[in-house]
Amino acid sequence: MSGTILTYHVDGGDFSNAGNASSNIKKYLKQLNVDPQIIKRIVVALYEAEVNIVAHAFEGDITATLSPTDISIVLADKGPGIKDIGLAMTEGYSTASQKVREMGFGAGMGLPNIKRNVDEMNIETAVGKGTTLTLKVFFVPKS
Amino acid sequence: METPFHHALKILEDVCIGCSHCMKMCPTAAIRIRNGKSTLMPNRCVDCGECYRVCPVHAIIVEQDDFRQVFNYEYRIALVPSVFFGQFPEKYSIRDIYSVLMDLGFTNIVELEHSADLLIDVMKHYMKQPDIEKPVISSFCPAIVRLIQVKFPSLTDHLVQLKTPVDISALYYKKRLINLGIPEEKIGIFYITPCAAKIAAAKSPVAETSSDITGVINMDFLYNKTLRALKNSGKQDETHSDEGIKFLSSRSVRWSLTHGESENFEGRCLAIDEIHNVIQFLEKIENDEVQGVDFLELRACDESCPNGILVTENSFLTVERLRKRAKEYETLEHHKDHQLRMMRLNVDVNKAMEAIHTGEVKPRSMHSLDDDMETAFRKMNEIQDLMKLFPEVDCGLCGAPTCEAHAEDVVQNKSNINRCVFVQNDDKRKNPLDELVKVWGDKVLRIESKSKTDEL
Repeated sequence: MSGTILTYHVDGGDFSNAGNASSNIKKYLKQLNVDPQIIKRIVVALYEAEVNIVAHAFEGDITATLSPTDISIVLADKGPGIKDIGLAMTEGYSTASQKVREMGFGAGMGLPNIKRNVDEMNIETAVGKGTTLTLKVFFVPKS
Repeated sequence: METPFHHALKILEDVCIGCSHCMKMCPTAAIRIRNGKSTLMPNRCVDCGECYRVCPVHAIIVEQDDFRQVFNYEYRIALVPSVFFGQFPEKYSIRDIYSVLMDLGFTNIVELEHSADLLIDVMKHYMKQPDIEKPVISSFCPAIVRLIQVKFPSLTDHLVQLKTPVDISALYYKKRLINLGIPEEKIGIFYITPCAAKIAAAKSPVAETSSDITGVINMDFLYNKTLRALKNSGKQDETHSDEGIKFLSSRSVRWSLTHGESENFEGRCLAIDEIHNVIQFLEKIENDEVQGVDFLELRACDESCPNGILVTENSFLTVERLRKRAKEYETLEHHKDHQLRMMRLNVDVNKAMEAIHTGEVKPRSMHSLDDDMETAFRKMNEIQDLMKLFPEVDCGLCGAPTCEAHAEDVVQNKSNINRCVFVQNDDKRKNPLDELVKVWGDKVLRIESKSKTDEL
């Protein structure tokens, strides 16, 4: 069966709409009767990644492909890129501005937290151009 | 298929005019119009009572047990929430109200928030357990418990697995009477309820196999009887038992008000009332958007229980009186006499926790399109295809509250695509009004015959 594709556009700095993609995708996952704990993992990772675009990039596009067995999500943004992925993957590290932190975002842990919640994660980044994050979660835990 | 659970809200078909006000208001999209009448989808309804509030013709009722059943028991205990007392003007004392309730036939009056003190102690202990899911979500409001089951299935393991004050009080008084040598069949424990959700919870408990409550009496029914008796009588005699009067702690009196739970616990505790506010907040919790919250007090009614659908008095006045009463008790609490009279069970907190522990609340997602994921996937795609046809104006003419709900109904074979006035007319052989008649009944026929008359 072919996958269902869902697309969302995200504007940098638009915190009032941060979370729209996560909430919408969550609705489909519930319709599919995906295990609630797996939905939780997907949504936590996706929300974190979505907020990353809002907090750091100029704009981005989220493309989610749903199949009866898994979800793949590509988050491609135009933005500053990540200078040091190793550092970004460190718990508690953040480059978020003071303004972003005051809004309750940017506590670090973004990427490690995403990685913890997904089955597969791939990150491609070019400094000054942008970052593409690819996530995959299987609906039945892989043993 | 899961068995549909008990609902206290019923729609009287004879009275319903099919105006669809309730359908638009339902927070879980549990109402459809069929043949000109509102119908309830039992697996979606959480008994919050929003439909009851908006019905212009009182076609939605809250079922109740026959009051006369009280007299089938020798020991007739009324478990009365504080909000009941908060409804009466100050000129009537709590003692006056107690004696009226005794005259009506109860042998014991118990303000059920008595047990809140015990619950608070146990809860503090409960929240400190190392493996506890944070935020801990209160299971006090039964409409919220059911809302989480159907709409936020991933959060069911956050719900407190402890009995609520009414169940603790029922358990305690039943045991106490049994310990006095009274046979169980002679004991009737009656809960005076401020809302429909609590009836549903007593009749089909979510996390337990049975309830210690014998019967449920609607608060508006008893309020009418009590106020009438108070107005018709002079001073009541004071020889009746005063068990329970002024034994409550101030925090027990405040328990059913907004912040009544959250004010007792350490850490970051939030209180959210009104079901749409709760839904909005739970969306955030589900996304992990809000972190570091220890406890959530969630109530389906605005202003919590004083605004229950069976509470007659204006909720703001009830809240004001209860806050005033709590304040009075605050001063009393410093007196040793009062402390002794308060129901403080000096029990081991671990034992108490065991005694009031409940099972876990199981998710029952209303969103799931099918148990089989392949089938659910196909249906999900069909819904999306339908959504491309539907206008997304949510006009409700199809008998569903939104285009999306209609699409879901079509895919689940509960409705017909042609009920959408924007889509129908595809089939020229059929009268486009036929489908609307199935939704709106003879209202449509009247319009049709009128237009025919106009043509002539």
